[in-house]
Amino acid sequence: MDLYEYQGRDLFERHGLPVLAGGVATTPEEARAIAERLGGRVVVKAQVKVGGRGKAGGVKLAEGAEETVARATDILGMDIKGHTVHKVMITVTADVAEEYYFSYLLDRANRTFLCIASVAGGMDIEQVAAETPEKVVKAPIDAVKGVDEAKAREIVDAAGFPAEVADQVVEAAVGLWQAFVAEDATLVEVNPLAKTKDGKLLLLDAKISLDENAGFRHPDHEALVDQATVDPLEQAAKEKDLNYVKLDGEVGIIGNGAGLVMSTLDVVAYAGERHGNVKPANFLDIGGGASAAVMANGLEIVLSDPAVRSVFVNVFGGITACDAVANGIVQALDLLKQRGEEVSKPLVVRLDGNNAEAGRAILDGANNPLIERVDTMDGAAERAAELAAAGV
Amino acid sequence: MAIWLTKDSKVIVQGMTGSEGSKHTRRMLAAGTTVVGGVNPRKAGTTVDFDGTELPVFASVADAMKETGADVTVIFVPPQFTKGAVVEAIDAGIPLAVVITEGVPVHDTAAFWAYNVAKGEQTRIIGPNCPGIASPGASNAGIIPADITGTGRIGLVSKSGTLTYQMMYELRDIGFSTCVGIGGDPIIGTTHIDALAAFEADPETDAIVMIGEIGGDAEERAAEFIKENVTKPVVGYIAGFTAPPGKTMGHAGAIISGSAGTADAKKAALEAVGVKVGKTPTETAKLMREIMSAG
Repeated sequence: MDLYEYQGRDLFERHGLPVLAGGVATTPEEARAIAERLGGRVVVKAQVKVGGRGKAGGVKLAEGAEETVARATDILGMDIKGHTVHKVMITVTADVAEEYYFSYLLDRANRTFLCIASVAGGMDIEQVAAETPEKVVKAPIDAVKGVDEAKAREIVDAAGFPAEVADQVVEAAVGLWQAFVAEDATLVEVNPLAKTKDGKLLLLDAKISLDENAGFRHPDHEALVDQATVDPLEQAAKEKDLNYVKLDGEVGIIGNGAGLVMSTLDVVAYAGERHGNVKPANFLDIGGGASAAVMANGLEIVLSDPAVRSVFVNVFGGITACDAVANGIVQALDLLKQRGEEVSKPLVVRLDGNNAEAGRAILDGANNPLIERVDTMDGAAERAAELAAAGV
Repeated sequence: MAIWLTKDSKVIVQGMTGSEGSKHTRRMLAAGTTVVGGVNPRKAGTTVDFDGTELPVFASVADAMKETGADVTVIFVPPQFTKGAVVEAIDAGIPLAVVITEGVPVHDTAAFWAYNVAKGEQTRIIGPNCPGIASPGASNAGIIPADITGTGRIGLVSKSGTLTYQMMYELRDIGFSTCVGIGGDPIIGTTHIDALAAFEADPETDAIVMIGEIGGDAEERAAEFIKENVTKPVVGYIAGFTAPPGKTMGHAGAIISGSAGTADAKKAALEAVGVKVGKTPTETAKLMREIMSAG
């Protein structure tokens, strides 16, 4: 889960790291209250998870409460690269003398964490690394030992932070590591890490990703999800414990296992190239035990997407028995009927693996005109795409 | 002889008394695996009956190894206890730990991996979030169905469980030496490269299928490794060509970040070193079939 800048600022503040005083507003009136609390000159920043806010006019200075309200009114509701601004962050301003870069992130390739630090901050670090690699320090962090003062000092020295801020950067580096671990983050990026004209260190921006697998340790993280930007179908699926991602095609997809479902999306997209360019409408992994209830929930979510014109159920029975899956499909259609939902979109089903013969027999015996059984994954994808294209 | 798991492997199960652990212990036994016991400190000294096979429960992995000579552990404990279970397995010095558990926080995996490295990598860790390892006809450690295919001379390494099963099914008439599901998490103990190296050295493996998916650059690094180190034919498959950037597709590690981790880049890297990459699982199986029949 990626956090908004204001959530990152709040998180840093909670962990005792130096940030600008500020708050977040969803209305101009809330903005007024924050401006009055902060006093003086403030900066109003659009909260969107996309770069280029400044150029789009999403970052403005304001003097006093009235101007803050005016700027917040301008920015709230603005569209920045397809993202609607629902919130603005308001902070006091800083007299910045120098801008640095500091981050901790997951290093998949080396199966550990990495610290990236540079005295050339305020710009895209990948560009800095490409143009002036000598200005970027990349230090692997041992996941057990972590970052203590000695490790932090090693990084600060290697990156060449100026002597007058070195101690402060060391302190921030240790604090940031502690926050990184305590919050189960996979990324904390501070760009810029700034030195003010009076020599103080400030974490001026925050890009943070949190590990959703660690949710059981962090009941508070759930509240960081921005419900306004969650797709309603994804939300409904989540409530039913289904692993669903909304896409923008016409062929609904249900399968078991993340890899097989990803593969199914690809195969359907290839088939779609021959059938009116239809595409997969979603990713839905129903996992190992595909009971009738799970199948019904899955079908309900997929079918409630108005863009869906056909559904491809692609199951390889490993632990799951295909006869159970077939019963699940047949019962799911009955269940949906009982729930008062008229299913009219065709289902193409491919079953292989554990008890596939029995599963196929159940589907054939159900005599449901909506269910069409195809023996191979590629063939079924072709048929589902064809039906979606025909159902325009 | 297969790789890492043979008919001589003695398997224990951490979490054997839990619902998943007991279900799969039964299945592993039915598949012919030599399961010699389980670990649960609260039930140490008791036994569990699996259709007539009485398996002892030990207080620790170290105890189980001492009493049974176990050299493989399969871990089914819930995510919040996985790190502890793996650290215990490492401390006991067991040669192979297969971590099935899905949903392990990546900080925990990074921590047990760093711990394993500090201890000199005495333990090979497979997973987490994986289906395990199966050497058809010999032994099965994990949740891979044992009846899909018989023994043969293809080696398979895959990030995905169901795609592993699909590929085993497609090539069931040829058979496999060992199938390794390495898991779909961002940090995993055994990589494509580890499996490729082992298959290259295995006299019972003639050719290798490698299944990858979006996210990270493990496939790209595997391609570099193949170029320098693998003489046996390799066929590849990558899932997730149509996955949108920034969305996690089921597996915690399956995410395209910016322009990194795309299926296209992985396919290009593999093809650049002479690996044939199938467009679909079926086409991939066909490429392997051609190699094996040209044998």
